[in-house]
Amino acid sequence: MLLPYVTGGYPVDEWPRLIEGFAAAGADAIEIGIPFSDPVMDGPTIQEASSIALAHGSNPTMVLDRVAEADVHIPLIAMTYYNIAYRMGHNRFADRLVQAGIGGAILPDLPLEEVDDWAAEADRAGVATVMLAAPTADDDRLVRVATRARGFVYGVGLVGITGERAELAASATEIAGRLKAITDKPVVVGLGISNPEQAAEVSQIADGVVVASAIIRRMLEGGSVDDAIGFVARLRAALDEV
Amino acid sequence: MTVTPTDTTSFMPDPDERGRFGEFGGRFVPETLVPACAELEAAFVEAWADAAFTQEFHELLRTYAGRPCPVTVCSRLSSQLGFRVLLKREDLNHTGSHKINNVLGQALLAKRMGKKRLVAETGAGQHGVASATAAALMGMDCVVYMGEVDIKRQALNVFRMRLLGAEVRSAMSGSRTLKDAVNEAMRDWVATVATTHYCLGSVMGPHPYPWMVREFHRVIGDEARAQCAELLDGEVPDYVVACVGGGSNAAGIFSGFADTRARLVGVEPAGGAAIGRAVPGVVHGSKSYLMQDEFGQVQEAHSVSAGLDYPGVGPEHAHLAQIGRARYESVTDAEVLDAFELLSHTEGIIPALEPAHGLAWMVKAKDELAGSTVLLNMSGRGDKDVAQVQAILDGDPEALSTMRP
Ligand SMILES: Cc1ncc(COP(=O)(O)O)c(C=O)c1O
Repeated sequence: MLLPYVTGGYPVDEWPRLIEGFAAAGADAIEIGIPFSDPVMDGPTIQEASSIALAHGSNPTMVLDRVAEADVHIPLIAMTYYNIAYRMGHNRFADRLVQAGIGGAILPDLPLEEVDDWAAEADRAGVATVMLAAPTADDDRLVRVATRARGFVYGVGLVGITGERAELAASATEIAGRLKAITDKPVVVGLGISNPEQAAEVSQIADGVVVASAIIRRMLEGGSVDDAIGFVARLRAALDEV
Repeated sequence: MTVTPTDTTSFMPDPDERGRFGEFGGRFVPETLVPACAELEAAFVEAWADAAFTQEFHELLRTYAGRPCPVTVCSRLSSQLGFRVLLKREDLNHTGSHKINNVLGQALLAKRMGKKRLVAETGAGQHGVASATAAALMGMDCVVYMGEVDIKRQALNVFRMRLLGAEVRSAMSGSRTLKDAVNEAMRDWVATVATTHYCLGSVMGPHPYPWMVREFHRVIGDEARAQCAELLDGEVPDYVVACVGGGSNAAGIFSGFADTRARLVGVEPAGGAAIGRAVPGVVHGSKSYLMQDEFGQVQEAHSVSAGLDYPGVGPEHAHLAQIGRARYESVTDAEVLDAFELLSHTEGIIPALEPAHGLAWMVKAKDELAGSTVLLNMSGRGDKDVAQVQAILDGDPEALSTMRP
């Protein structure tokens, strides 16, 4: 499975076009980032896209309204930081996601011990709370994380923050293997997957990959929305070879 | 004077097993960091119960940091203001502020855990200097993140950190102040967690930090309690006042008086009054009061004092405010500068801009305080601030731009 990432609000006016474009290029699902002012899990690329979006007035309501208009038939998953959901209220946030046609949520600063209040509302509304599973966790913790996960388990591909890496971290395939051994839920790996070759390598073990910084960086460096869509098509082709 | 009986149950107990002080606190960190936070909690619990550890800690506080620091009675200021002013002199500690207490505790703990590298965030540079100092003392590597704006206004401390062998890295995102330095330090820690201890500088962040940092600072309150008893015939002051950025110096001094009749007052900058606005939020690992917009985006604080330029506050302070055990007031930058000059003229003590907030509130509240005894935590000395204040008083436009009405 291929899960490319879109920052809600970057490129400023054109970003909604990425959603339909990525779907047409063969994405199996799309991660929609709702920008937050203090993204501690994100490296410079996503930080920059988020701050450009915020500086141009991006906000959760606007992002969700635009996503609701997108004409796509693949799952959409929101990715944001917990304070966005907390501020709006768990029940309202969950309902707003459903109204926008978004079926899942990833909140990277909401670990297992803190997730229950949100997850209960998400379960009620029918939003899948995707849990992150990190390489630093022991197997006992991975089991508990996977048990709480809905939709799929998101294996954190490296010990660090988002951003491209020249070499695929050994931890990417390791976490995929550890998770496959303990859960029947789909295992998707993200963080540090930078090109089609790396995506293909991880996909030999994992059920899917998330690619984010490598897509956003192309546009920050002047590439067009169509260039980004073309890159997703290349990722698709590489995965189809696996 | 009416004295409510002192009960022995403290209003500042340890947090619950989920790191909560009432509804605030917790451990809102990426999964990657959860095992490290749990490991740190276990190591702290074990060390804090180990007499060998606490002895080594107190020995360092005594022979290296220069504790106990005195309580000074300010006669001239007292007669001018109409109430008795006592200062707990954390400004006399080695490195010039209370921050050294916490840092020596954390560095000892990091060593015990086998970590060889410290990362820290800093606003005014006092916590960065203290961290760099402890790293030099214990032979550890140290990286300090500091907002680009603060690097400019606290140039002296940047040089001190470098002299002490630390690497100072500039945080270029967002408001380029303390909040962004915390983000960068957390990002560093997420990537280096196996070898690195995050030496957090205040009573904030994920559990166990708010609790552990308070415990390392409770020496302020314990000493002051005994010193006041001696000065006041076994009595406690009527008011205990401290400035609040994250809230570590306040937590330290409050912990010595929470179970007494003393009124506890925390003073925030008007441009960074998280408790004053009282909107709960989650950032940097804990749930607390947080300055934020209607969508939950964290707002930028604005204060003349780099050490208080932070939009959040430690969770225990949110709790103390909610249950009414402490109250929180705010003062403007102009009031702070007046207080800065006042203490310098009348007592020969140049305060840091942070504790000058406490004094500024006392000046403002002098009718309420008339006739009482007020203990102010003089959390740091003003050496680091004199160049900035001079530039402001000279009307330098760039320096003036650090002031907010
Ligand atoms: C002298 C002094 N006091 C107070 C503070 C604020 O920190 P806290 O609120 O944690 O005491 C600082 C921070 O840099 C400081 O340098």
